[in-house]
Amino acid sequence: MAGPQGRKPKIGKPRDAGKIIKRLLQYQSKYKFQLIVVAIAIIISALAGVAGIYFLKPIINVYIVPLIGQENPDLSGFVSTLVLMGAIYLAGVLATYLRSKLMVNISNNTLLRIRVDLFTHMESLPIRYFDTHTHGDLMSRYTNDIDSLREMISQSLPQLFSSLLTVAGVFIMMLALNPLLTVLVILMLVLMLNIIRVIGGKSGKYFQAQQKEIGKVNGYVEEMIEGQKVVKVFSHEEKALNNFDAINNDWAHASTNAHTFANILMPIMGNLSYVQYAITATIGAIMALNGMTDLGTIASFLQYTRSFSQPITQMSQQLNTVLAALAGAERIFEVLDEEPEVDNGYVELVRAKLNEKGEYVEVDSDSRHSPLLKREDSRTDKKDTVIWAWKHPHSDRTVTYTPVKGDVRFEDVTFCYNEGEVVLKNISLYAKPGQKIAFVGSTGAGKTTITNLINRFYDVPDGKIRFDGININKIKKADLRRSLSMVLQDTHLFTDTVMENIRYGKLDATDEEVIKAAKLSNAHSFIMHLPEGYNTIITADGANLSQGQRQLLAIARAAVADPPVLILDEATSSIDTRTEAFIEKGMDTLMEGRTVFVIAHRLSTVRNSNAIMVLEKGEIIERGDHDDLIAAKGKYYQLYTGMFELT
Amino acid sequence: MIKKLLPNLGEYKKHTILTPILVIFEVILEILIPFLMSKIIDIGVKNSDVNYIIKIGSLMIVMALFSLLFGALSGKYASIASVGFSKNLRRSLFEKIQHFSFSNIDKYSTASLVTRLTTDINFAQMSLQMVIRMLVRSPIMLISATFMAYTINPRLCTIFLVAIPVLGIGLYFIASKAFPLFKAMLKKFDGLNASVQENLIGIRVVKAFVREDHENEKFRKTANDLCDASVKAENMLIYNMPLMQFVMYACMVAISWFGGNMIIRGTMETGQLMSFISYVSQILISLMMISMAFVMLVISRASIVRIVEILDEDIDVKDDQGDPGLKLNDGSIVFDNVSFSYCKDKDHLNLDNINFEIKSGETIGIIGGTGSAKTTLVQLIPRLYDVTGGRIIVGGNDVRDYTFSNLRDEVSMVLQKNVLFSGTIKENLKWGNENATDEQIVEACKAAQAYDFIMSFPDGLETMLGQGGVNVSGGQKQRLCIARALLRKPKILILDDSTSAVDTATDSKIREALSKIIKDMTTIIIAQRISSVSDADRIIVMDDGKIDAIGTHEELLSDNAIYKEVFQSQQKGVA
Repeated sequence: MAGPQGRKPKIGKPRDAGKIIKRLLQYQSKYKFQLIVVAIAIIISALAGVAGIYFLKPIINVYIVPLIGQENPDLSGFVSTLVLMGAIYLAGVLATYLRSKLMVNISNNTLLRIRVDLFTHMESLPIRYFDTHTHGDLMSRYTNDIDSLREMISQSLPQLFSSLLTVAGVFIMMLALNPLLTVLVILMLVLMLNIIRVIGGKSGKYFQAQQKEIGKVNGYVEEMIEGQKVVKVFSHEEKALNNFDAINNDWAHASTNAHTFANILMPIMGNLSYVQYAITATIGAIMALNGMTDLGTIASFLQYTRSFSQPITQMSQQLNTVLAALAGAERIFEVLDEEPEVDNGYVELVRAKLNEKGEYVEVDSDSRHSPLLKREDSRTDKKDTVIWAWKHPHSDRTVTYTPVKGDVRFEDVTFCYNEGEVVLKNISLYAKPGQKIAFVGSTGAGKTTITNLINRFYDVPDGKIRFDGININKIKKADLRRSLSMVLQDTHLFTDTVMENIRYGKLDATDEEVIKAAKLSNAHSFIMHLPEGYNTIITADGANLSQGQRQLLAIARAAVADPPVLILDEATSSIDTRTEAFIEKGMDTLMEGRTVFVIAHRLSTVRNSNAIMVLEKGEIIERGDHDDLIAAKGKYYQLYTGMFELT
Repeated sequence: MIKKLLPNLGEYKKHTILTPILVIFEVILEILIPFLMSKIIDIGVKNSDVNYIIKIGSLMIVMALFSLLFGALSGKYASIASVGFSKNLRRSLFEKIQHFSFSNIDKYSTASLVTRLTTDINFAQMSLQMVIRMLVRSPIMLISATFMAYTINPRLCTIFLVAIPVLGIGLYFIASKAFPLFKAMLKKFDGLNASVQENLIGIRVVKAFVREDHENEKFRKTANDLCDASVKAENMLIYNMPLMQFVMYACMVAISWFGGNMIIRGTMETGQLMSFISYVSQILISLMMISMAFVMLVISRASIVRIVEILDEDIDVKDDQGDPGLKLNDGSIVFDNVSFSYCKDKDHLNLDNINFEIKSGETIGIIGGTGSAKTTLVQLIPRLYDVTGGRIIVGGNDVRDYTFSNLRDEVSMVLQKNVLFSGTIKENLKWGNENATDEQIVEACKAAQAYDFIMSFPDGLETMLGQGGVNVSGGQKQRLCIARALLRKPKILILDDSTSAVDTATDSKIREALSKIIKDMTTIIIAQRISSVSDADRIIVMDDGKIDAIGTHEELLSDNAIYKEVFQSQQKGVA
């Protein structure tokens, strides 16, 4: 849960409340009938509360006062009135229960739908979106924003409606009971509303200040604790504490003000209603003496006075929550309105085999996940051997099948993330099936960008990049990515067993396949040392594993996927040179028969590539194999001999 | 547990005590008002005494105004007390963490410490406010309203004997049923958040493996579970309101009937009935509030436990035995039969039987595979951890005889996982020495080969660094960290894999400059690259927590298998 901080009415108002409400209602359209029942239930329970009090008047005036002192008073009228009063109350109680019960169902299911929509949509967004939004920002839509929505749907809105009805009902009843006393109520009401406005405004201002200060406190705490070991090494404890004190005191100052205004509102309103109560009692009593009213009326009126101030005070709070929730809903819809990844691809990955005529024909595939590259399959053109092929429908309604081989070509690719900032300039390169291509260059030279273009994390204009001769923009994204496997520098693991994390590469892999892949990447031995072996649960993105171990798992994951093209982006950077030498054999086996793109800092990793591209500021400045480049005595030579530093 | 937290009230003790006292006054006044009202009706109206009515009426207004004053003041003091308490508690926690040893820090994740300092403290603050206001107000309201009702009409009070237990037991039953359900729901909620977080961090993996549908399915299941759990929990809680209304309305009807009969028989006055009804609602609302406060308290209990856990944490490396007058004589280091275990378990030693001597001014290299305990070894020198067995003599004395600041001022360490803080480059460097002059800073930067790139930034030394030093490259960050350590002018400098992202040429320039900038400084260099240590006076080869060999580059190359192997693995590529 978002914690107490998240519950505070957030500052910031929705821009177009009407539109947001309409959209929220669409989420509840399934519950239209139930919502009508809820509305009726609220009306019943609010009116029951108001009406019940009114009965005090006839009870006192008709059934008690006239009967005082009678020997055998006729109580039948009294009883039937009480029965009626009880029945109305009971209806109110039942209506309250019905409303709550229905709302629990409606609000939770609505939130479920919003959550699932939000998540599903988030998964469909392009990588670019995640580049430009912080995790904290997106996360807060799932926590703070949905939390305030929950509060609004299940609590504030029904209560606001109910408070409004109660206030209106009470006001009408008061007017009916005694218009003169009601004038007093109106005067008091004006006073109360003004107090709410002033105090509420001040409190809002201070809460805003408090939010800012608590942000500073949290930021400082996070930074210091992150660097706690450095603090200790430099004996900086005292200084850290002094800085903290200053920030902490600023927060306390703002927070005390904010809470003071929030705290005093309730007692002020509550006691003003007692002032009203006292005035009503006094004036009412004098009026009763002059025959202008009666005791029953005063009794009812006094009860109404008490039940008037509470809903008014609450309404101001409920309104704040509703506004905050609408602002939250707006932020949620903002995500839902983001353009998802565009996929106009129509070339599909299918299972095919050669027929008698030497042409490929499609066969029914039982599994989308069977190995993409059975090496013997793709190399021999034997009949009846089922292989993976690109199914390419053409505009003349003919369909061609191209076997998946892993041939990647860039033709004069220029790319920029933002208008004007060219990241890649005129990149042309080719990787024949089975070749190993390496990229070398400083941070920001564009190495990772090249690999991100191959799997279409980012799109380039038509026809520039071809996979097995097909323009990658024509290939369905899911199928394109299925034929590529990436091992990234920062390995991400999911909360699940080691087994399932490796299986992530191919969901229907058997346990044997997983273990085989783990052995290939040299991860098997350390996995067996984990408390539960392959069944050890990985928590918190693998915090209990070293960076090197996580990279071994990521390599195993790619091995299980068994794709024709492999991208290794600094995949072994955290593995020491000796261990790297150990897994070299496994890596060689993994790379065999695949097209491999390698990005590495460590030149020993890229040395045996078929071609090495040296990138600088988005351009390929040197290319060739290791020996060529050394002989050329250029940048690569400088790097290799340690005369130049990669940043 | 609570006792542990109370001292944090500190200078706000006064406000903490004043708040409930003011609340009591407010409640008493509030309680008396309906009582006076009954006097107006039963004496004033009955006797047609207008003066009496006005007198009592004015008294009521004055009382309500005082009650307002007390209420507002108590609200103000409650916020001063609870915010002050939370401020002090946060400081205590922060201070305690500052005194944590490395092994204490290792025990908790950064996130869990941050949560304690933020969310958990907030809950503690809310709890205090709840206790000094609501949990004082409601019981007193309950008792005094019952008392007043009793003085009005003891017989009518028997209704309460039925109503209060019914409501009390009902509320207790609901709360006790709902609490475990809510706990289960919160756990599901954590799971949901973790799942979102994971997908945010790993979105590239999800997309690269085309696992969007798989993740969607997983999420839908988690969200469904949460929905079910939360419907279950809330379905329990929704009985609260109707139960409360039912009891209250039943009391109204019962009181109207029995009270009405009493009035008819002349044993009760009309005004009394009216004030009696007021008291009933006050009593029942108080009960409701108490039950709500208890639910809140139980929820925040978990937070308080987590806070106390930190406050109670035993700090295992202390310097209170250290002699403040004792300084290091020189930069010599002796490891005398040292063994060490992170879990203080003699059967699981991370370092075993380590013996060596380093003379002041020597340069020592340390080489070894991942997990061979190189870092562990050097962390014992500035006493970041305490030895499990044996002793370490630095500068002529056992490290345990120094105060932390005397020892660590002279033993400067550049950590493997180093951190720069938000602020200017200069501010970061001054961590090494607060009083460093600009010349000294420039000198240190030049020695660490950082001066040129710093000057290439438009703002030079005044360049702002983001949190964690995000706007400089890995190699630049490492050089800044070395400069920072150099500014201490230590007798012993330890570089723990601190030049891994720096190219070999710059690396050797740094090593060259080190000996020049500080005379007679002992330098210990842990490195992956043989080239970083090959020119050291001696090299220690570590393997699995033991010293495999000590010798010069040439010696080790000719007769140490591990060293040879590492050397060969790096000859293929010079990186």
